[in-house]
Amino acid sequence: MAIQERRIIYKHVDEPGYTADIDCYLRNGGYEVLKKALQAKPEDLCKEVFDSGLTGRGGAGFPTGMKWKFLDRKSGKPIYLVCNADESEPGTFKDRQIIYQDPHQLIEGMAISAYAIQAKQAFIYIRGEFINGARILETAIEEARAKGFIGEDICGSGYSCDIVVHRGAGAYICGEETGLIESLEGKRGYPRIKPPYFPAVLGLYQCPTIVNNVETLSQVKHIIEMGGTEFAKIGVKGDTGTHIFGVSGHVQRPGYYEIEAGSATFGELLYDLCGGPLPGRKFKALIPGGSSTKILRFGERFTGKHPNTGEPFDWGVEDIPLDAISLRACGTFLGTGGSIVMDDSTDMMEVIANLMAFYGHESCGQCTPCREGSLWLNKMTTRMTCGHARPEDVDLMKNIADQIEGRTICAHGEAVAWPVQSHYNKFKDEYLDKIAHQGDGRGRYNPNGYPLI
Amino acid sequence: MDLAPETLQKIESLFPKYPDKRSLTLPLCHLVQEDQGYLSDEAMKWIAAKLEIEPMKVLEVVSFYPMFRRKPIGKVHVKVCRTLSCALNGAYKTCEKLEEALACKRGGTSEDGNYTIEFVECIADCGKGPVVQVDDRLYENCGPEQLEELIARIKEAASADPVTARTAPEPGTPAYKG
Repeated sequence: MAIQERRIIYKHVDEPGYTADIDCYLRNGGYEVLKKALQAKPEDLCKEVFDSGLTGRGGAGFPTGMKWKFLDRKSGKPIYLVCNADESEPGTFKDRQIIYQDPHQLIEGMAISAYAIQAKQAFIYIRGEFINGARILETAIEEARAKGFIGEDICGSGYSCDIVVHRGAGAYICGEETGLIESLEGKRGYPRIKPPYFPAVLGLYQCPTIVNNVETLSQVKHIIEMGGTEFAKIGVKGDTGTHIFGVSGHVQRPGYYEIEAGSATFGELLYDLCGGPLPGRKFKALIPGGSSTKILRFGERFTGKHPNTGEPFDWGVEDIPLDAISLRACGTFLGTGGSIVMDDSTDMMEVIANLMAFYGHESCGQCTPCREGSLWLNKMTTRMTCGHARPEDVDLMKNIADQIEGRTICAHGEAVAWPVQSHYNKFKDEYLDKIAHQGDGRGRYNPNGYPLI
Repeated sequence: MDLAPETLQKIESLFPKYPDKRSLTLPLCHLVQEDQGYLSDEAMKWIAAKLEIEPMKVLEVVSFYPMFRRKPIGKVHVKVCRTLSCALNGAYKTCEKLEEALACKRGGTSEDGNYTIEFVECIADCGKGPVVQVDDRLYENCGPEQLEELIARIKEAASADPVTARTAPEPGTPAYKG
C-alpha cells in the first residue's frame, strides 16, 4: 500500500473552505486546548511536553521539554517566549503554510507554551520577506485578543501575556536563536557565545528566554490535547510526532507532506507522494533536511547497526526511514525536513557553487574562519563553474571547510562546511572529471561569471 | 523629515509594545523605509533620536540587513530568488529574461527609473520555485516559459501611482538634505 500522510499540524492546511480567520478556527474546535491548559498547573504542562519527547523542529532537533527545563526561574527576572519564524534555510518552506493558512494554531500553541513557562511577553520574530505573513499574524493576534485568548487575564484565568509580531530584514543568521535575540534587541544579528548566553538563562534583555520554532510551538497544542505519553507513541524512540517534509527540486510533485516519524522511507516519499523523477530522468542526489545538511548520493549504500533496534542495516537512499535517528545513522541529519532533490541532469559543481554563494552572503562576519572561509569558498566555487578550476581546488575546498568546522560561535560554520565535506566525499570523481575535461569543451560552463543551473 | 501622519501614528503605537526602546530599531527602519522609499542619513538620525540611541547604532543595523537600503530604488522592486531549489528549476534564466524584458540589469535600476531587479537569497517557497517577489507580492512557478504574464503585471505596476522612492532626491543633489 502506498504510504499515507498523517496530518496533525497540517490538518487544515489546503483544506477547501478553511480560512485563516478566528471564526473558522473556533468552528473547528480552536482554543479549546488553551482553555483546558489554563486549568492545569504550568509545571504539569511542562512535564507533558517533556514526556512527549518532542524535539525542536527548527533544524537542530534539541528536546523541547529539556530546553524548557533549563529556564532560570530563580533570578526573578521576567521570562520571555520567542517564536522563531525566520524560516530561511534553503529548501525549507513548512512554517510558511502554518503562518499563512492556520495562524491561530500557532497563536494557541504559543499561548499554551507561554503559560506553561510563565512568560511575561511573547514575540514572533518573522522573516522580513513574509510581509503578508506578518499582516496575517497581526490580524490573528487582534482577533484572539478581542476574544480574550491573549492579552490581559486570558480566559479569566488571571494570567496575562501578549504577543508582538517583529519583522526581520533579510538576514539568514537571525534564524540562529542568539542571533535572533540580538536582532530583536535592535542590533546586528551576531550570534552570542554559549556559554554564558544560553537563552534559557541569559536571553532577551538578559532575561530567561525560550526560543522555539513555529512548528514546535504548534505541536505543543497537540501534545497538551492528547497528553505527553500518548504523543510519545507517535513516531519512533528518540524522534516522536510527525515531520513535515518540504520536497523541492527535481520531482514531479514538489510540496509539503506530513509523515509520522519513521513510518515511511525516502523512496516512498519521493516515488509515491512526490511522483518520482521528471520524465526520462533518474534521481542523482538528495539534501535531506535543508541545504546545510550533508548530501546523499543515490546508488551509495549505508550500513551499520541501527541505534534504536540494534539491528544491522544496509540501505540505499530510497530505504532510509524518515526519522532523525535513521538519518543520523546514515551520516546526515533530518534538520528542518526541507529535502532538495537533484536528478542526473544536475552538475554538482554548480550545486556547491550555488550553496556557497548563499552561505558566503549570509555569514554575519563575526568569526574569522566563517567570514573568510565562506567568502573564499564562494569565490573559488564560482571560478570553478566558469571553467577556471585547477585539480588541486577540490582538495583545497575540503581543507577550507575542515578549517571552518567547529571554530565558530554558531553553527553557521558547520552549515558552510558540511555541504562541502559531503560533496567532496561523494562527488569528488565528478569534480575531477569535469576539471580534467574543461579545456576540451565538455561540460557546462558559464562565461557570465556565475553558476548557472 | 516629512513622514506621513499614518507612519508617525504607526511608530507611536509601537512604543508601548516593547520593554526596551532599542528593540524598535528594525520596526522603525521598516516603517520609515516604506514611507520614504529608502533610509537616508537624515532618516537614520531621526530614528536614532526617536530611540535615544547613537545614530551609529542605526547605521550598523541598516548596513547589516539586506532589506534596508540607503539609496532610492525603482518604482517596482523585483526580487528573484536565486537559491538552490529555485535555481534547479530555472531561476537564473528567469532572471535573465526579466532583465531583458525590463531593460534592467540585476542589482541595478532601469534607466527610466521604473524597475530595480535584485537576485535574493531563499524566499522560503522552495516547492514552487522559481519564485519572484514583486514589491510585497509573491509569484510562484515563474519558470522562464511562464513569464509573459508576470512581465505584463510588472509593467502595469510601473504605470500605476508614483511612489516616493522614485522621486526621492539623490545624495549630492541640491534637493538632498541628508
